[in-house]
Amino acid sequence: MIENIDLSLVDWSRGQFALTAIYHWLFVPLTLGLSLILVIMETKYVRTGSEKWKKTTKFWMKLFGINFAIGVSTGLILEFEFGTNWSNYSWFVGDIFGAPLAVEGIMAFFLESTFVAVMFFGWDKVSKRFHLASTWLVAIGANLSALWILVANAWMENPVGMVFNPDTARNEMQSFWQVLFNPVAMDKFFHTITSGFVLASFFVTGISAWFLIRNREKEMAVKSIKVAAIFGTFGSLVLIFTGDTSARTLAQVQPVKFAAMEALYEGQTDAGLTAFGILTGKDGADEDGLDEKDIIASIEIPGLLSIMTNGERDSYVAGIKDLVYGNEERGIIPVSEKIERGRLARQTLIDYREAQEMGNEAVANELGKKFGSNDFQEEYFRYFGYSYINRPADVVPDVPLIFYSFHLMVALGFLFLLLQILAWFYTARGSMENKKIFQWILLLSIPLPYLASVLGWLVTEMGRQPWIIQDLMPVGIAVSSISTSAVQTTFWLFAALFTALLIAEVSIMTRQIKIGPKIEEE
Amino acid sequence: MGLLKNTFYNIFRFYRNGFLSMPAWGRKVWLVILIKLFIMFAVLRIFFFPDILKKNFDSDRERGEHVLNELIIKPDTDD
Repeated sequence: MIENIDLSLVDWSRGQFALTAIYHWLFVPLTLGLSLILVIMETKYVRTGSEKWKKTTKFWMKLFGINFAIGVSTGLILEFEFGTNWSNYSWFVGDIFGAPLAVEGIMAFFLESTFVAVMFFGWDKVSKRFHLASTWLVAIGANLSALWILVANAWMENPVGMVFNPDTARNEMQSFWQVLFNPVAMDKFFHTITSGFVLASFFVTGISAWFLIRNREKEMAVKSIKVAAIFGTFGSLVLIFTGDTSARTLAQVQPVKFAAMEALYEGQTDAGLTAFGILTGKDGADEDGLDEKDIIASIEIPGLLSIMTNGERDSYVAGIKDLVYGNEERGIIPVSEKIERGRLARQTLIDYREAQEMGNEAVANELGKKFGSNDFQEEYFRYFGYSYINRPADVVPDVPLIFYSFHLMVALGFLFLLLQILAWFYTARGSMENKKIFQWILLLSIPLPYLASVLGWLVTEMGRQPWIIQDLMPVGIAVSSISTSAVQTTFWLFAALFTALLIAEVSIMTRQIKIGPKIEEE
Repeated sequence: MGLLKNTFYNIFRFYRNGFLSMPAWGRKVWLVILIKLFIMFAVLRIFFFPDILKKNFDSDRERGEHVLNELIIKPDTDD
């Protein structure tokens, strides 16, 4: 069934969403982290009364403002796409997706918009403390905005707190708190905002390093590097910790994605963590379409994957084959069984609808009650999306893409920690100004957290394929019946618009960086 | 009432003075924002991104029916 859907339409719609989401995400994480770095710097100014700290804060605030202004509302384009390209999905998720986004809109508007104005216009018009409070509120508002978006995204990974209404074809929220405190949402929130903290710390250390390389604004540069390095070191530590907890949650709620991240085909006890490896084809795809890969040249840490997943070295970590073909001994249901259950759920929906159309109220009532029962929801409807799956292996994402993206992201995460510790060390020792090679490394490292961030989203979104909502709705069913050429047109329009915005941001920002804070001239 | 009026006037003055004394880079950024919002809302939203379900159906009931069809009938007809 699923192959018969217009894949070019699905692919272009996915491509368009990916393009706009990635571009939007180039602006967001800097806002999240830099707002907090500004809070630290301005707090130093308020506590010490030093004009140098004030000018330093104002300089970084200017760069924050450029990024904030150009990035703001680029995310709204994603909402346009939901209504046009993904209308089935938008309807199906009902208020579950709408509620967090509405809260985000209100929060963003009231907290960020109001206090951003005080941040930029209020330096000499409000008291120092009120200004600092505004900077704090912008930082809190920006990070809380991210919470609501990530809550909505997490629901797609682990749909909880709702019940499907067969009359409206919508999922209705049963528990706001379950949606909010979805374990995936909490992990995702802390992991994502700390990735923004690290990205911002590299932005500040990199640009400050540029000033040192040019022998300009040395005092401001070293002070900024120190603040950002300390912030980045703690950010990196939390990032690594939340990455670990995220992976543990994934092993429970998205085990196929988790196995793909490690390219683990055979389930194992005492499973090792692959620190490095190269994937090669094994025997080609089997009769069910599962294309197993071998890992060669691997560096493995014995037992660590079992420990990280379940806390015990002799615990079992399910492999892709277990998850596709089932493992009775371990209580893992095969995909073929999930397909059967999903088809039964869909057939129940068809029967319910037919009974309603024929005016057979008794049957309609009986079938309608099923959708309200926990047993039916838990045993059958939760596999609704499998009714569209043909072959069990279709639920396996692109393993090499997920494996390499994940491993590169993790490697970069550890590199970030090392570089930030070194930057902290050199500034604490007072030798940063002499470390020319290290200054260049910091400058050239600015794009790396952006890369790591995009890789993380690739793992999240591509690792979930074929699902738009895990187990409930495959991507092919979510897409609207519109023409492919319309999506192609808007794809290129977006590509042009966002590229222009990016060029505008980089050019305005570069100019302001070159001008600098002008502290030394005074 | 007078206090409320004063508060609103002070807020208005705060923003007005802020915009009037904005440096060149700020004006440039505002220009980018306005162009961006114009393209997004006056061009993309109106001409390229209609809400498909709102545009094609008059009531929530019809929209629900349509999506149910997409969920249960469309895949079957493809068999």
